[in-house]
Amino acid sequence: MKRVAVVDYGMGNLDSVARAIEECGGRPIVTDRAEDIESATHIVLPGVGAFGDGIRNVRQRGLDQILREQAVVGGIPFLGICLGMQMLATRGHEGGVTEGLGWIDGEVRRLEPAGEDSRVPHIGWNEVALTRPSTLFTGVDSGHDFYFVHSYHLVCHDKEDVLAVTPHCGGFVSAIARGRIFGVQFHPEKSQRLGFQVLRNFLAL
Amino acid sequence: MPKIRVMPTLLFKDVGLVKGVAFDSWRRVGSAMQAVKVYNLREVDELVYLDITATNDGRPPDFETVDDLADECFMPLTVGGGVRTVEHVRRLLKVGADKVAINSAAVEHPALIREIADRFGSQCVVVSIDARRRSDGTYESYTHSGRRPAGRSPAVLAKDAEAMGAGEVLLTSIDRDGTMQGYDVELTRLVSDAVSIPVIASGGAGTYAHMAEVLRDGRASAVAAASMYHFTEQTPLAAKQHLRGAGFSVRL
Repeated sequence: MKRVAVVDYGMGNLDSVARAIEECGGRPIVTDRAEDIESATHIVLPGVGAFGDGIRNVRQRGLDQILREQAVVGGIPFLGICLGMQMLATRGHEGGVTEGLGWIDGEVRRLEPAGEDSRVPHIGWNEVALTRPSTLFTGVDSGHDFYFVHSYHLVCHDKEDVLAVTPHCGGFVSAIARGRIFGVQFHPEKSQRLGFQVLRNFLAL
Repeated sequence: MPKIRVMPTLLFKDVGLVKGVAFDSWRRVGSAMQAVKVYNLREVDELVYLDITATNDGRPPDFETVDDLADECFMPLTVGGGVRTVEHVRRLLKVGADKVAINSAAVEHPALIREIADRFGSQCVVVSIDARRRSDGTYESYTHSGRRPAGRSPAVLAKDAEAMGAGEVLLTSIDRDGTMQGYDVELTRLVSDAVSIPVIASGGAGTYAHMAEVLRDGRASAVAAASMYHFTEQTPLAAKQHLRGAGFSVRL
């Protein structure tokens, strides 16, 4: 049984993520305790909210160090969802400039409407076009719809980190990967069948 | 541009789901849990769940019920009714809501929109506006389930809400609600043109053609409906098939 630490930093839809992991055959533990994270086989960093608040909450709980040791140094499979992916960046520009966790070389910037019908926030189902193959998307063809709800996006400086893009506001990065560190801008826990496929692929790592 | 969204609305009153006409004459239409399970199986785009008596009864949201429903809901869920504080929002998001709809509190304490947006992000704040057409053809917004005039037009209210950080507008025509005579396209257009955030049209859907009309002429980003799913054989899936045929980009 996969023991999945769903990192609780006081923000986000933790129950939804935990329930989806359960449905996908994992055993979720919603936690901010070092021993739970250290004993997990997989780590998920969910998130709904503002970048600055998110990072502050993560740091206040000392989670930045623990997560870095497990995921970056230890190679434990890690999945950031929405804000949880954005926080991996070098810095964010939501409500002032805030240093991110810095695992992924990039910046989090506001989506800029391009054309009449690119409303912001970007809310709803949109296509995820894979830019390279990845085990995270095994069984999921390029171009399928996933559920998004966000106003900011991650601009990757290193194109090697990009896994998928989505055509809104001129196109933005909707999935990233560096080794066993993954991030998705969409919400797999709310994307029904295909979202569950992504979660199962992650749990199979 | 994301796909247009077709979303069933579930109205909760006392013990179960209801549907009325013009915010009145409520009929019982079954259990909320049953509806959530069915819509989950059918993979609808999104669900809206509104507790329509919470504010008038002076109650906070029923967190336990939302928790139970959200556990069966692997699609986006917007929850409204009785939401008056940042703490209410925190708890609703924690138990599984993705977005929170505020109506009366957004009119009485507009700063609440800003507080929620700052803390949880704009994308989870849905400002719900209930509007009625005046005899002179202009519109008035209402709070408290259509009981109290807000003293502002829906377009102004929506624009103010957007400036405070709202991420989406759920716009309901009280006149059309439950009539299945079609959305108020003019109202929807007025509000869609006033803001750059997505607008969900609600109130009056009776046919798939009504949906196409409000998406095209009202410039809505999403269509909410209840009566046509409760009282006719029409389904969200068939709605999307129709809309695809009409040239809209949908998720099938």
